[in-house]
Parts: sequence; structure tokens; C-alpha cells
Amino acid sequence: MLHIVNKSPGERSTLASCLAHARPGHCVLLIEDAVYAATKGHAAGAQVAKALGGGVKVYVLTPDLEARARAGAVAEGVVQVDYRGFVDLVTQNPRVQSWL
Amino acid sequence: MGTIDAGGKTFEVDEEGYLVNLSDWNEELAGEIAKAEKIDMTPNHWEVVNFLREYYNEYQIAPAVRVLTKAIGKKLGPEKGSNQYLYELFPYGPAKQACKIAGLPKPTGCV
Amino acid sequence: MDEAGTVKKFLFVNRKAPYGSVYALEGLEVVLISAAFDQDVGLAFLDDGVYQLAKGQNPKGIETKNFSPTYRALEGYDIEKLYVERESLEARGLTEGDLLVDVQVLGAAEMAALMDEMDVMISF
Repeated sequence: MLHIVNKSPGERSTLASCLAHARPGHCVLLIEDAVYAATKGHAAGAQVAKALGGGVKVYVLTPDLEARARAGAVAEGVVQVDYRGFVDLVTQNPRVQSWL
Repeated sequence: MGTIDAGGKTFEVDEEGYLVNLSDWNEELAGEIAKAEKIDMTPNHWEVVNFLREYYNEYQIAPAVRVLTKAIGKKLGPEKGSNQYLYELFPYGPAKQACKIAGLPKPTGCV
Repeated sequence: MDEAGTVKKFLFVNRKAPYGSVYALEGLEVVLISAAFDQDVGLAFLDDGVYQLAKGQNPKGIETKNFSPTYRALEGYDIEKLYVERESLEARGLTEGDLLVDVQVLGAAEMAALMDEMDVMISF
């Protein structure tokens, strides 16, 4: 399963809801304002680290990081993907859930 | 929407005559826009137009007239940093005419 | 003309990240327009709003205009009071050095006191 989150954890609770439902082996892709959650020193870091520790794979969309000047501050264990990688994640996962 | 021709090419302008694509701009096109505004471009006109383009490149906005006047005064001397000087060059207003000739959007807050 | 001559203290409160919604850009445009009215204008950045001032934004990949350089034009519009909340920076792993303009960093309590002094607050 691929989970997609697009809202900042400073703005909505969608990331927390998503991570509470992501199971080991699932993929979580952070796009748009959600990319902030995957940056070093962010208050949401503990949540993301816990998910990673629990076997959830966390990805972050590079163009959205670059737009927001955060590409140089990606948290450990989080994998950057470009648009092509986004498409790959969608095709590799039989189901996609967007946490709007 | 309208168009303006320069150098054998046709460019899109909005209903007020502002260039739609900033990247279309070149000096020849600027000359054509000036002609449509009935302005004879002199080195003093170009100085203001080039200043506006530099300002836009740096800040990504067309400045308000008050801000333009002050910034020009700072860079080109107090005699050029006056409303009178700028309105002599661009009678219908530096924002309305100089920005248009420089290929910039209408200044924010300009009514 | 008494009414016209009255200068009020305005604070524009920016709490949204750029790009994810249109609030940041709209707020900035309103600030630029407000400069024409010769009021006492300040800007506050808190919560995700601090991200608006992050240095090095490059939205080419998301095909959006980079409006962050416009914050540097505010000085020319005589808008020089930029306040950033310390707690908001810290919660996001940011420091004053990550910002593209000179700002005054205030703690939440100081920010609250500042807000209390204002005549008008406009939120984005």
C-alpha cells in the first residue's frame, strides 16, 4: 500500500493519522507541504523516525523540497524521489490511499 | 487579449497592452510597445526601462511608483529620482508606460 | 481630514507555508498594496509561516513562480518590521541564519505582547 500525504504537520493532523494506519512494508510518500515533516530538526521527526523504525518506508518528493529550500535538510532514513519515482511508487503498489 | 508585432514575429499582450510572457521581451519589441504608447525612446527612457528590468529580476515584482522614484534617485541621482522627471519621460505614468515597455506586469497595487 | 491623517498600527500575521496554498502569496500582495496608505505596518511570521522566509527556495520543479525574493523588496516599501517567532523556528529545525531577510526574532510571549499593541491585525 502507498499512502500519500500532502499537508504540513504544522497545519493538519493527516500525517499522524496516516502513520497510525501505515503497516510494516507500507510506503508513505510526502508531497507538497507534507515534505516539511521529513526535514531535520522538525518537531514531527519523532513520528517519522518511529514509522521508519517500524518498517514503514518513507519517501519525499524532491521538487517540492527544492521549492521550499529544504532539499539539503532531509531527515535520516527518508528517501528522495523525483516525479518518475512518484510514478514508480504508484505502479509498484497495488493500492494507493491519499490522506487529504 | 491582443498582439503586437516586432521583428517579423507576433507576441501576445493582455487587454491593457502588457506583455503576457515576460521572456518574450527584447529591445526591438520594447521599441514597438513604446511606439504604440507614442513615446520616442531616448537614452533617458532606456535608463528607466533597464532599471525596471533589473528591479524585476532582483525582486520579482514591478515596483510601485513611489518605490521606483526613490530607488532611481538612489541609483541615478536625486534629479532623476523625482515624479516630475519620470512623468516627463512617461506622461501617462512610469508604472503604466515604463513597466509596459519593459515587458513587466502592471505594478501590484497600481489602480 | 483628521480621519485620513490617523496612522494605525497594522500587523500582518503570516502562518501558512508558501506554495502549498495561496495564502502566503496573497498576503504578500496585500502587504505591498497596504504600503501605499502610509500606515505603521509590521509583519509577523509564526507557525508554518516562518517557511515563507526560508533562503534558497527554488520552485522551478513545481512550475510555480518564486516569490521569495519579493520579501527583500519590502525594505524599499518602508516595511522594515519583520518579526519571526522563535518557537516556530525551533520546532522546524530552522535558525535565523536560514532566513533570506533580516528579522527580529521574538519569543511567543513577546509576540503576544506585540499583538496586544496593534490597532489592526490581518491574518493569512
